[in-house]
Amino acid sequence: MTLTTQVLRRTPLHALHIALGARMVPFAGYEMPVQYPAGVLKEHLHTREKAGLFDVSHMGQAFLAGDTAALERLTPADVAGLKEGMQRYGLLLTDAGTIKDDFMFSRLQGEADLYVVVNADTKEGDFALIAGKLAGAATLTPRPDRALLALQGPAAAAVLERHSPGISELTFMKVGRATVAGCPAIVSRTGYTGEDGFEISLEGEDAEKVARTLLAEAEVLPIGLGARDSLRLEAGLCLYGHDIDETRNPAEASLMWSVGKRRKEAKDFPGAAATLGPQAIKRVGLRPDGRAPAREGTEIADKTGRIIGKVTSGGFGPSLNAPMAMGYVESVFAVNGTPVDLIVRGKALPATISPMPFVPHTYRR
Amino acid sequence: MSEVRYTDQHEWIRLEGDEATVGITKYAAESLGDVVFVELPPLAKTVTAGGEAAVVESVKAASDIYAPAGGTVTAANSALEKEPSKVNEDPEGAGWFFKLKLADAGEFAKLMDAAAYAKFVEGL
Repeated sequence: MTLTTQVLRRTPLHALHIALGARMVPFAGYEMPVQYPAGVLKEHLHTREKAGLFDVSHMGQAFLAGDTAALERLTPADVAGLKEGMQRYGLLLTDAGTIKDDFMFSRLQGEADLYVVVNADTKEGDFALIAGKLAGAATLTPRPDRALLALQGPAAAAVLERHSPGISELTFMKVGRATVAGCPAIVSRTGYTGEDGFEISLEGEDAEKVARTLLAEAEVLPIGLGARDSLRLEAGLCLYGHDIDETRNPAEASLMWSVGKRRKEAKDFPGAAATLGPQAIKRVGLRPDGRAPAREGTEIADKTGRIIGKVTSGGFGPSLNAPMAMGYVESVFAVNGTPVDLIVRGKALPATISPMPFVPHTYRR
Repeated sequence: MSEVRYTDQHEWIRLEGDEATVGITKYAAESLGDVVFVELPPLAKTVTAGGEAAVVESVKAASDIYAPAGGTVTAANSALEKEPSKVNEDPEGAGWFFKLKLADAGEFAKLMDAAAYAKFVEGL
């Protein structure tokens, strides 16, 4: 018998999740809601039809002070060129140029510091890496005391406007300080569902009040990690540790759009030579022909039966009403429309290399 | 006259004459969450007690459905292919998976009855 003592951390909304009847699971060292009584399918569809509220307080929030452009030592994104009031997606790289994590960074109006949000599972390592590599140039201050909510869906703007007048003037990828339900917040017009929506960073002590205020609106349901995963997969968005990790570079991951133009020209990021060269494999979308989902780890074969890759995320898309997957294949097969087979329970399931997102984004640009 | 028995893998089996109907329990359906795909066994397939007989996929994961007793598949509920949500709506009725002609009624008799299964679930 093995005794492991793992003390799971709790977000400031833990008591609210329990009160809402959530099924709690361990995730990234936290006790998190995987679903509420409505269930994954209804939560997913509700988010696409009206609005869903997600607790993403487990993610790593921090502020970077000093020479913030020094962050370019670790990311191929254009940090120096980020204008005030804007948020951007970036990749954190290892010395070899593979993907250490993906993250969001923002420059707030009139503020010198950079506000960054990294993944929950990787935050300790990310913060140590940033602090170490930027020592002497910039100082990172993690803010584990802060909470982070996401309000996503077509009704998100109307709902948030009621509690933060003027907030809907923010357009996609814009960010600013605002007051939400009377509480100071950093609000960005971003998310992880492909829907229009907002991410709202709050003082931990204000989180429950703001969450309860938003949940009291008729359009809003609480949404767990289960639906968060199916929503992001339909939107073609990567999940770190599955679709991207330290074995992949930005080009293999089909994330070159996150590499700044200036950075590509200057080739001044870790692993630039390899990333800017030819790639043996590429991340692609996959649409199985039937209704059987192909899960993570499923082998991808060409029509002669030779294995050409592997699924990294796969499931059933409730809005797509069909199965979908993403994975890596040999680059010659990474062309939309290419027929392949997915080896599910020993049987070859026909599928097609397909464009992502699987469900169109509805960002308010 | 029919009799229902249960497995520790949360399948139910209802015996009527020498034909048995198999499905998953309400407890299993609730644990799985929303079912989106069901793979049924082909007719005339021979299954053994505890052997893989069908697959059910929910929005969360894939799970094998085991034959509670050995026998030959005589019918499959093809309605589930179009409407897999029947498994959640009525797991112990319209959401049945397949029917078996049992090879050995003794295997059926060894399974848990409703009271034993209820106690088993309570202990989980």
